[in-house]
Amino acid sequence: MIELRNVGKVYQAREGSHRALESVNLTIEDGDIFGIIGASGAGKSTLVRHINLLERPTEGRILIDGVDVTYFQGKELRELRKNIGMIFQHFSLFQQRTVLQNVTFPLEVRGHGRKECEQRAHELLKLVGLDDKFNRYPSELSGGQQQRVAIARALANRPHYMLCDEATSALDSRTTIQVLDLLKRVNQELGVTMVVITHSLDVARQICNRMAVIDEGIIVEEGLTEDVFANPQSAVTRELLARGGTGVVRPHDEEEEA
Amino acid sequence: MEEFFANYGALLAQGTADTLVMTIASTFFAYVIGLPLGIWFAVTTPTGLAPNKAVNTVLGWIINIGRSIPFIILLVAIIPFTRLVVGTSLGVPGAVVPLTVAAAPFVARIVEQSLAEVDASLIEAAHSFGANNFQIITKVMLKESLPSLVRGVAITFVNLFGYTAMAGTVGAGGLGDIAIRYGYQRYMADVMLACIVICVVLVQVFQSFGDWLARAIDKKKH
Repeated sequence: MIELRNVGKVYQAREGSHRALESVNLTIEDGDIFGIIGASGAGKSTLVRHINLLERPTEGRILIDGVDVTYFQGKELRELRKNIGMIFQHFSLFQQRTVLQNVTFPLEVRGHGRKECEQRAHELLKLVGLDDKFNRYPSELSGGQQQRVAIARALANRPHYMLCDEATSALDSRTTIQVLDLLKRVNQELGVTMVVITHSLDVARQICNRMAVIDEGIIVEEGLTEDVFANPQSAVTRELLARGGTGVVRPHDEEEEA
Repeated sequence: MEEFFANYGALLAQGTADTLVMTIASTFFAYVIGLPLGIWFAVTTPTGLAPNKAVNTVLGWIINIGRSIPFIILLVAIIPFTRLVVGTSLGVPGAVVPLTVAAAPFVARIVEQSLAEVDASLIEAAHSFGANNFQIITKVMLKESLPSLVRGVAITFVNLFGYTAMAGTVGAGGLGDIAIRYGYQRYMADVMLACIVICVVLVQVFQSFGDWLARAIDKKKH
């Protein structure tokens, strides 16, 4: 279970301060695929980075499985992150490492032996359907394939949680569906709880069982996905819905499978 | 032609060997000092892995002071230091010390720039997988910037190759020394030309090799 309690974040800069998050309260239950929806600049990427403490809150508490992790440092923090995989909008694969070496990275940094790392990596690459590409480099793969490698990498340490930061927004509609199906499978078969950041209502509708809408750093709505769609409570949500679902039906920069 | 090589072949061969030894040795030692310095400089920048304004500022000063002293002046100015390190200020060893001192700040700067090119999102990703700073430096920053680092070595090598000509003033020998003593002071245009041709060819070879190597190891095709 992930709990955010009154989380606030203020960035101090020379020109003044900027409030990115304001008293965010969220509970993400085990087994959820929890969507956080908002326009760009609404604070959703900042919010998700608080869960694995890539960002620290200036107010409030973050609890993982009931433990207050807000001020975790050093080894304690690295142990925590082992339990929280993450994938990114632009995949963030290591360009000078092969597909296999990308997937072994999270294991390597924990000091696992090479053989063990590679065996586990092959298992994960089979799971995402890319084991035949293990010796290739990321630049030789299509966007969809790169994101599947990133998913395999995020699962290397058998995390209970996975954070997906705009994981499909750089992909075309067909690959988006494939990646979302894979995430759903990871959730169902491996029991990984997911936090999905997206600006796309279609993505939320397709895979999230619960969702929250964020606007200017404030959570304006939260609930079961079908309830939010059927009966939106806030003006921001209604406006998002009125503009129509974006992300899946909208033609994106086409990235064909290589 | 044959007569020329019979007379000066050995001299030119010795000069080429001296120049290469000086260049290779000083490039090596410049990296021994400059690489850690450059890494330290890169990680202490405000957006780096371990921001430290005081350390970063002091390193910046040292690097810039080092780079702003003209080599010919540095060469004679640090003679006492050179004697302390290698026991003499003359010959090839007497030249390698000032060449190293001159190149190390330059190396630190280009290493820092190579590391700064590494995509910040990769470092963030590494953090998210629980990597510590040392692992991020070795497994992400150095690894991802390797092609750029190799290009930096080629640039350093070619620069130092040029600097060795000035080391002739401390009796280090080398092609530059031969060009001055024979070509310039004794008006021997053929020796001068031979030195220039050898320099041009060697620089071309090293630069092309560096470029080729950097491309060969770069897995990020554009």
